[in-house]
Amino acid sequence: ERGHGPYQPHEPGYGLYQPGYSPYDDQIPDPEPRMLAIQNAKAYLLKSSTTSGLNLYDHLANILTKILDEQPTNTADIIENISKDVKWAQFQKKMDTLRDEHAILPTFESAEKRKTLFLKANGEGDEELEEEIGETPLPNVMETAFYFEQAGIGLSKDESYHIFLALKKLISVQPIQTCRFWGKILGLEMNYIIAEVQYLEGAEEEETEEEEVIDEGEKRMGEVEDEDEEKEAEPPKSTYKPPPVIPKEENGTGANKYVYFVCNEPGKPWVKLPPVTPAQIVCARKIKKFFTGRLDAPIVSFPPFPGNEANYLRAQIARISAGTHICPIGFYQFAEEEGDEDEEGGGGRDAYEENPDFQPLSVVEMVESLSTWVHHVQSILKQGRCVWFNPLQKSEEEEEGEEEEEKDEEPDELQQETGPPLLTPLSEDEGIQNIPAWTAQPSTNLIPQYAVAILQSNRWPGAYAFASGMKFNNIYFGWGHKYSPENHTPALPLPVQAEYPSGPEITETRDPTVEEELAFKAAKEEALAAAEEEEDEEELEDDEEEEDD
Amino acid sequence: MEAASLPAALELAAGGGAGLSPEKRAALGASLPLLQRDYRFERVWFWGCVQGVRGTYYIAEGLGPDRAAPRSRLYSLNCVEWSLLPPATQEMVAQAEKLKGRFQGDPSFKYEYAEVNAEDAERLLEDGKELMIKEEDRLVATIEQIDRAVGIVPRGAFVKTPLGSVRENRNFEGLSLTEAKKLSSYFHFTEPVNLKNKTLLEKADWDPSTDFLDSLEHDIPQGSWTIQLEKGGTVVVLRSLLWLGLTFYHVPMTTQYGYIYFGTGEKNLDLPFML
Repeated sequence: ERGHGPYQPHEPGYGLYQPGYSPYDDQIPDPEPRMLAIQNAKAYLLKSSTTSGLNLYDHLANILTKILDEQPTNTADIIENISKDVKWAQFQKKMDTLRDEHAILPTFESAEKRKTLFLKANGEGDEELEEEIGETPLPNVMETAFYFEQAGIGLSKDESYHIFLALKKLISVQPIQTCRFWGKILGLEMNYIIAEVQYLEGAEEEETEEEEVIDEGEKRMGEVEDEDEEKEAEPPKSTYKPPPVIPKEENGTGANKYVYFVCNEPGKPWVKLPPVTPAQIVCARKIKKFFTGRLDAPIVSFPPFPGNEANYLRAQIARISAGTHICPIGFYQFAEEEGDEDEEGGGGRDAYEENPDFQPLSVVEMVESLSTWVHHVQSILKQGRCVWFNPLQKSEEEEEGEEEEEKDEEPDELQQETGPPLLTPLSEDEGIQNIPAWTAQPSTNLIPQYAVAILQSNRWPGAYAFASGMKFNNIYFGWGHKYSPENHTPALPLPVQAEYPSGPEITETRDPTVEEELAFKAAKEEALAAAEEEEDEEELEDDEEEEDD
Repeated sequence: MEAASLPAALELAAGGGAGLSPEKRAALGASLPLLQRDYRFERVWFWGCVQGVRGTYYIAEGLGPDRAAPRSRLYSLNCVEWSLLPPATQEMVAQAEKLKGRFQGDPSFKYEYAEVNAEDAERLLEDGKELMIKEEDRLVATIEQIDRAVGIVPRGAFVKTPLGSVRENRNFEGLSLTEAKKLSSYFHFTEPVNLKNKTLLEKADWDPSTDFLDSLEHDIPQGSWTIQLEKGGTVVVLRSLLWLGLTFYHVPMTTQYGYIYFGTGEKNLDLPFML
């Protein structure tokens, strides 16, 4: 039967309507009331809420967008939660307040330092350029590095160049006459790059003056303190005289001939090492410690090292230089002296100069025999100095003082120590057990015309020397220790000091108690009284005898 | 270190002043690939050189498909002609440990036992063995000791496959700078000794494919490694203080790493006094 639909009275086919089949279903009905209804509905939806400022239209649009984007399951069940989430998201800022900070790596800081090496100092004009091209104390580090590289020794080219520039910076800052790259010593935390330097003549005097002023200041302080002490009652002075301190050699002579500057990395500032004292060298021979890389680190050892790492480093540098700095024979010769050669003490000649008539030997000759090389650094005696010092020589004041006081036992006279004189050939070097002190090789066997003679030290592993024609050089790369086939045995601690032998005169006894003292006193009085009575009796008897008569 | 990356690697490991001359580098560049061809190695590592008194031994190692398997070792006196060394046995290692002093530089040199107990001497004579040890044996024993004690690789560079063999990790991108400064990021590339002794707490964080080796943290004595940043902080260099001359380098955030030995081949027994 036909359904009775909700057909409008104005529609034709008023009685013919069937839902879905009316011929006028697809016709748009009269728009106006429908449209008006839609517009009213939308306006209502767009009405903003008085409390939150949201309007339902936008909110529903957001919800539907979110749902269509995310397509969750069981949407109808969680629709309320979705609505709440959308409202909550209104209050979230879309921008993340955390921003990625670019990590400042320590590599960048080091790169900054090294970059400063490459920049020229400000204020340089053309004049300075001309000066630089002339004679300069700056050594040609790259040339030396090339020769050593033929033997497989040396740092990477980058590092060598950085060291080159760092040396140039050093020269521009300090008044330097000659400068040489001495080598690199490895350490635990950081390494040391070492430059060997000789000051210009005037500059050195300033340095020594400073040191003397400091010493005098200390002496004055000492005197003032002594005067104060004399006023008070003095405890008995000990008669112990410490063994005389062997003074260090003057700057510019012996073990302190060169001044050394170190830095940890090229780019870091150069630090000057203090001069070395004989006590430090003697102690450094007995200990074996790794360097940490910090110059102020203490050296904990037995026998206790008099100084910190800077002093130990300087002592090792002095030992290595004395043991391994060599040159081809004939390159240096002794300067002709006008005075006597036999001086007191036989100090030996310590001044040499370049030989203008030097004829270089061929590489084959340099490698075959060790007598073609000589040491050009004075060796260090057992005392710790290069020139022997007699500690028993007393000054006049001391002698007067001694005459007044009682003369104590005098130590035996010391034997004068001698060492190999300057410019001794290497063939005199002692080997260790059955290993020669040096290993000599040409840098290449394939191309002998351009080979370089290379010497490696076996006593100080890491010390190398090369010679090629007129050029030669020495260098050190290593940990800074001498080679010893035996294990290192540290010095034993001193035996425990003996105590004063105990005897009855210093043994403690118990103090007498009061009763004992009284009893002793009473006994003494009795004895006295008994003695007096006897005397009295004798006198009485005598008297009686006299009276009787 | 890998033979293929030898030139760059030598530049990075040259902080200690030891390296190879251009002649040797060129010779190695030619002879190491030939080694690979002749012995059918998958990888050839240039191990380093041992300096004797009269000559230097240059050592190369060849690895097969399993990188953790015992390696073949070869030596040469001029980087051109190589000779295979016999594999190192426990006995050889024990004998070589008793020897002191430098290598002579002559492979046929025979060391005589200086200090042997009377009992040991009798025992050895009964077995029919001689009281001498050849320099070749001492060499390979020393190489084995060094590899076992201080041959190191970064963590994550090698993976253990489920079948048990060890291969390079293709996904290894290098350690980060903070990781590279820690000793725990480096492993001994040898049979692990301490793995089982770790606490459960430590084992929980492990990845069994990459954490199958001992790390350097618990090496005895403590402080026997120095870690430094060289070349302005771009290369991490580890140096061993027990075997002076072993240098390991790694560029953080890249796959460049390797170790090389330039030294006299003697253990530094004075280490506890020197620290």
